[in-house]
Amino acid sequence: MEETEKKVQAMPESQNAGNAEGQTGGGNFNDNLHGESLSDRTKVLSPWMTVMKRFFRSRLSVVGLVTIILLFMFSFIGPLLSPWAANNGTVIDYNPELIVDGVLPQTIYYTVGGKEYAAMDLTITAPDFVRLGGISWSHWMGTDANGYDVLTRLMLGGRVSLTIGFVVVILETIIGVVLGGLAGYFGKWVDNLIMRIVDILSCIPTLPVMLILSVIFTEAGLGGSISKLYYMMIFLCAIGWVGTARLVRGQILSLREQEFMLAAKASGLSTTSKIFKHLMPNVVPQLIVSMTLGLGSVILMEATLGFLSLGAPLDTATWGNLINLASTAEYREYYPNLWIGAGICITLAILAFNFVGDGLRDAFDPKMKR
Amino acid sequence: MVKYIIKRLLLAILILFGVSVILYVLLRFMPSSYIEDQYLISHAQGGASPEEMREDLYLILANYGLEDDSFMGIVRGYFMWLGKFLQGDMGESFKYGKSVQAVISQYMWLSFGISFAALILEMIIAIPLGIKSAVNQYSKFDYVTTVLCMVGIAFPSFFLGNLFIKWFAVDLGWFETGGITSGVTPDQGFAYVLDFLWHLVLPMSVMVILSIGGLMRYTRTNTLEVLNADYIRTARAKGLSEGKVIYKHVFRNTMIPLVTQLSFTLPSLFGGAMITEQIFALPGIGQIAYNGLLAGDIFLAMGYNMFLAVLTVIGVLFADIMYAVVDPRVKLGG
Repeated sequence: MEETEKKVQAMPESQNAGNAEGQTGGGNFNDNLHGESLSDRTKVLSPWMTVMKRFFRSRLSVVGLVTIILLFMFSFIGPLLSPWAANNGTVIDYNPELIVDGVLPQTIYYTVGGKEYAAMDLTITAPDFVRLGGISWSHWMGTDANGYDVLTRLMLGGRVSLTIGFVVVILETIIGVVLGGLAGYFGKWVDNLIMRIVDILSCIPTLPVMLILSVIFTEAGLGGSISKLYYMMIFLCAIGWVGTARLVRGQILSLREQEFMLAAKASGLSTTSKIFKHLMPNVVPQLIVSMTLGLGSVILMEATLGFLSLGAPLDTATWGNLINLASTAEYREYYPNLWIGAGICITLAILAFNFVGDGLRDAFDPKMKR
Repeated sequence: MVKYIIKRLLLAILILFGVSVILYVLLRFMPSSYIEDQYLISHAQGGASPEEMREDLYLILANYGLEDDSFMGIVRGYFMWLGKFLQGDMGESFKYGKSVQAVISQYMWLSFGISFAALILEMIIAIPLGIKSAVNQYSKFDYVTTVLCMVGIAFPSFFLGNLFIKWFAVDLGWFETGGITSGVTPDQGFAYVLDFLWHLVLPMSVMVILSIGGLMRYTRTNTLEVLNADYIRTARAKGLSEGKVIYKHVFRNTMIPLVTQLSFTLPSLFGGAMITEQIFALPGIGQIAYNGLLAGDIFLAMGYNMFLAVLTVIGVLFADIMYAVVDPRVKLGG
């Protein structure tokens, strides 16, 4: 799909779904134009416009896109509307009524010898679950054992999880594009070296290595701060770029042999210009698809680490940490409001990114059947 | 072909060497205090003085090549490990008090059995579904199965597992929440087998639901490709019944890429499902390795990760060879 190539779409807008995919041309250009120019009668669509059109024709892609937008609004705008969000996101106001109920000394009345006594029992301490509040008007999803509002934590957790997803995927893609591009363009020993590294890294089992790293970072004193999660995500980038590198290399290897590259070479373009102006734009569609699909897997990885209590410290709100509560039998059985929301958010995010990724792939490549 | 396989095997050795270096260096950064603590606890009643014990411990660590944390010490330790590994000795699991080979082979078979049964179930359900939805492309059936499969792929195992435990084990009481036997003294004979299978219903359904989508979509894509092939048009043109076209011509050709795809499941087949086993408290290799990893059991972690890496390498190699075996048009080269 060359950037400069313009497709002339002369078909009427209302096509039936059967032959809708990527049909161009078809109009009769030999008409007497009656003094009009051709552009008055036909619509010129850039390749990106046709991709957009095909993307929005698929219902699942639109559902996915809307879900993603809603999840973002929920996570980034939601806390602004919540009365419980405070202190830059990590700490949320306690729900005072619930705590006071638990720790207020209780007055005990008793009678000895006909006289009535009142005593304050000061030994009562707040039992573990006293702060756990059910669903109410002020707390739509209840409160957890620390007195946090679950809904607000779910929103704030989305901020961390979604941001991590995007940052990791972008970093992975940058590394993958640079190294895969080098391997594909220069070939020979560069290719050999980079591809052997790719082979090695793709054989490293991700989850066990993340467990090892978690133990190492905890030992290094990072256990109590969210930077441990960041370091682990950096490591995820360090082994996660291999897929992108393989993709870019494969694409460039096949593109390198095509005529337009010969033309670029013949017109004496510089290497930089050949790589960045002529090769890379042709890899972008595949990259966008793999990034979209990759977002889901990074969010899943964060959630898995959170579930195993290996990610951020547990009082930090992330979707993974919220679903971690499900591993406690009491919470799992009696307080599903604490963790089901996070599970649904994670599932929805992964599902939506997959829908959009699939939709984009079909839109970029109309020859491929769904 | 033979030349190709030899080349690939040499490459595999290089890959495994690289993987083992990275893993070993990572593992040596782990706190070794587990071994020390464990040693001190187990020898506390021995009556030895602390100095003797320290010396003893140093000797034990030195025996495993773990005593020196400097760069040269790690290099020396690595080659010590490598030498033993090449002789088939993966070292001793400190946590389980057995050799790593013994731990892996003891707990591997439960994981393998569960994964294998799940894989068979998955194939029985996913392949017909995939073919049916490809044959009826864009039909209602196609849309519903595709969406359901995507939902299945999107579910995190820990979320689905916990939902199942809550609904089916706790609320409805149909199944057990975890483990593989109920009661302090397990039943004997046939009752034991039934009880065992009863415990596996939930974990297996989680595994099947999670992975069915991928296989189904893969089958569907392949079937669509085959359906568009010229020989299918020929088969129809010569008047074969639709059933014969689908089951004799389409189905068989759909199986070609599936065979190779199944080779990639090798690591998960033997390596266990870490999270699912964790949730359902199944004593499979995944959970054993998980506990070992967190406890800093260096040789078990090393052995388990290498086990997975070897399986991955074999799986990829096997897939490439199978591809040439089932499809004679593919020429192995390079």
